[in-house]
Amino acid sequence: MTDRAVAIDARELTFAWPGKARLIDIERFTLHRAERVFLRGPSGSGKSTLLSLLGGVLQPSGGEIHLLGKAINEMSAGERDRFRGEQIGFIFQMFNLIPYLDVVENVMLPGRFSKLREQRIIGEPVAEAKRLLAAIGLNDPALLSRPVTELSIGQQQRVAAARALYGKPGLIIADEPTSSLDQDARENFLTLLMDECRAQGASLLFVSHDTQLGARFDRVVALKDINRAATDATGESLA
Amino acid sequence: MTLLLALRSLRNRRATAVLTIAAIAISVTLLLGVEKLRTAARDGFANTVSGVDLIVGARSGQLNLLLYSVFRVGDATANVTWESYQRIAKHPDVAWTIPLSLGDSHRGFRVLGTTTAYFEHYRFAGDRPIVFAEGRVFNDLYDAVIGADVAEQLAYTLGQPVVIAHGTGRVSFTEHGDKPFRIVGILERTGTPIDRTVHVSLEAITAIHVDWQGGMQAPAGARVSAEEARERDLTPESITAFMVGMKSRVMTFTMQRAINEYRQEPLMAVMPGVALSQLWNLVGIADTALRIVAAFVVLAGLLGMLTAILTSLNERRREMAILRSVGARPRHVFALLITEAGILASSGVMVGVGLTYGAIFAAQPLLERRFGIFLQPGGLSGYDVMLLTGIVLAALLMGAVPAWRAYRNSLSDGLTIRV
Repeated sequence: MTDRAVAIDARELTFAWPGKARLIDIERFTLHRAERVFLRGPSGSGKSTLLSLLGGVLQPSGGEIHLLGKAINEMSAGERDRFRGEQIGFIFQMFNLIPYLDVVENVMLPGRFSKLREQRIIGEPVAEAKRLLAAIGLNDPALLSRPVTELSIGQQQRVAAARALYGKPGLIIADEPTSSLDQDARENFLTLLMDECRAQGASLLFVSHDTQLGARFDRVVALKDINRAATDATGESLA
Repeated sequence: MTLLLALRSLRNRRATAVLTIAAIAISVTLLLGVEKLRTAARDGFANTVSGVDLIVGARSGQLNLLLYSVFRVGDATANVTWESYQRIAKHPDVAWTIPLSLGDSHRGFRVLGTTTAYFEHYRFAGDRPIVFAEGRVFNDLYDAVIGADVAEQLAYTLGQPVVIAHGTGRVSFTEHGDKPFRIVGILERTGTPIDRTVHVSLEAITAIHVDWQGGMQAPAGARVSAEEARERDLTPESITAFMVGMKSRVMTFTMQRAINEYRQEPLMAVMPGVALSQLWNLVGIADTALRIVAAFVVLAGLLGMLTAILTSLNERRREMAILRSVGARPRHVFALLITEAGILASSGVMVGVGLTYGAIFAAQPLLERRFGIFLQPGGLSGYDVMLLTGIVLAALLMGAVPAWRAYRNSLSDGLTIRV
C-alpha cells in the first residue's frame, strides 16, 4: 500500500488553525529513500508549519503523510512523538543544544527518549557519538570537554548534525542549518553532513532560502510552488 | 533519565536553585524547630511532677496552686495550718506527704522549706527520683540543698555559707543575715524547677522567722540568735502547701473531695496531671500561633520555588522544543518540571533537617540552662516525617502549575523555536 522506498510521501496535505485561513495545501510531495532534497522556503511559505506536520507535532487538517512507510497522520500524538524520536533527526538554524549537557551528552540525547535509536548503534554509544562528531569535523578532544555554550556557532551546528544522525534515523530534516555560518563553513558543513547521510543511507530534507546551495542536491523544490496556500511576506495569497 | 536531566538543568541554574533550596530549608528548619521545641516544652511541662497524687493548698485557683507549688511562680494567697496538714497527713489512706513552705529566696532563686520526704517521694519525668550530684540531704537546722542551676549559676560548692533573703524578689533588702546556711548537697540536673530551688528544712524556715513579726524583724534587743533558735519549738504554725501520695490511687478522688469539703479550713486539692494539662491548654494558644506562623513560612518558601520555576519557563521554551525534537513527549516535559520541583523541595527538606539538628546541638545547652527545656535530638517523630512528606507533596502539587504551562507551551510551540 505504502511505498517503503519513499521517505516522505505527503498527499493532498492541508493544514489550517481552527477558524483561520489555510497555511498548507500540498497536492503531493515525495522524498525518496537516501534522496537529498533542497526545499527552498522563504518566510511566509508555510515552512515551519510543514516541518511541524512532517515532524508529527501538528496533525494535518486533511490528507496523508507517510514517513518511511508509516502513515503518521493515523497515529496518536504519543505514537507520533515516538516515531519522531526513532526516525527523524532535526537540525535547526541555531541554539540546537541543551546548554546544561556536554557535547557528547547532547549527541546522545535521542537515545534517552528512543530505545530504538540506541539499539541501532553498533558498539558503545559514547564511541558512536564521538565517531559522528569526528565525521562531522569535531575531533579535537579538548572541544568535547567544553561546555556547549562556549562552542562557536559553527561547532554547535556540527554537534547538532551529529545528534541528528545519532542512532541512524531514516530521515534528517535540516531547517536553515547553515544560515548563521559563513561561506566556507557553510560549504564544509554541507559536505560533511551529506557524506554522513550517504554513509548511513539517510534521506535528507534540507530547507533553506539560500539558493546557492541547491546545486549540490539531488533535487530542488520551491515550497511556494507546491504549497497552493503559500503567501508572500506581506501575507497576500500568491495562489 | 528525567531525574538526570532535571539535576543537570538545575545545576545549570544553580544560583536560583541554591537560593530556592535555602528558602525552603530555612522554612523547614523553622517548622521542625517549632515542632521540636513544642514537644520538648510539653514533655518538660508534663514531666515536672509525677508520683504525686494530690497537691493541697489554701482555696484559690487550681492553676495558681500548681504554679506556686510546682513551678515556683507567683505566691500563695493563704497558708494551710499545721493542724489541718497533720490531720490529713495522718489519714489512714495517705502514704506520705511532702510539706512545702515558700516565701523566701536566695539571689533570685526560691527557697523551699520541706522535709526529707521530698527527696524520697518526689518524682519527675515519669519515675525519676531526685538524685544528689554531691553531698547529702539536710539534717542540721542550717543545712541547705541546692538545685543544679543554683550551683552552676552562682558557682556554689559544698560547705559554702549562704544567706537567705526575705521575700521572693530578685533583689531583696531584708535578709536573714543573722542565720546563715551551709550548703550540704547539690542535686543532679532534673530539667524542672527543682534545679532553680534552694531546699532547707521546714524547721529552718520557722527558725529564720522566729523573731519576725508582720514582715519585719524585731528590734535589735529582741532578736533571737541562730544558736538560741535551736532551743525553740520550731514546729511551724502553717505551711504554704503540701503534696500527698495515697496508699492506693483509687482513693485519690475520695480524698480530693474530702479535702475540698473540709470544714475547718478552706482548702483545695488538685490532681497534678489534670492541672498540668489545663495549664498546658492555656499555654497551647501561643504554641498554635507559632505553628501557624511556621506553616506560612513554609508556604512562602514553596511559593518562592514556584516563582523561580515559573520565571525560568520562558527562557527554557527553546530547551523544551529541542527535547521535543529528539523525541520527548509533552509528558516528559511535564515530568521534567515536576521532578525539578521535587528535587528542590526534597533538597530543601533535607538541608532543613540538617540545619535543625545542627541548631539543636548548638542551642541545647543554653535552652536547658535558661529555660529547663531539654531538646531530644533523637530521630524524627512520625509526625515530623508526615509534615516533611507533606511539604514535598505540596511542592510537587505546586510544581504541577509550571509543569502544566510547560506542557501547554510544548504542545503549541512544537518544534518551532522562538527566542
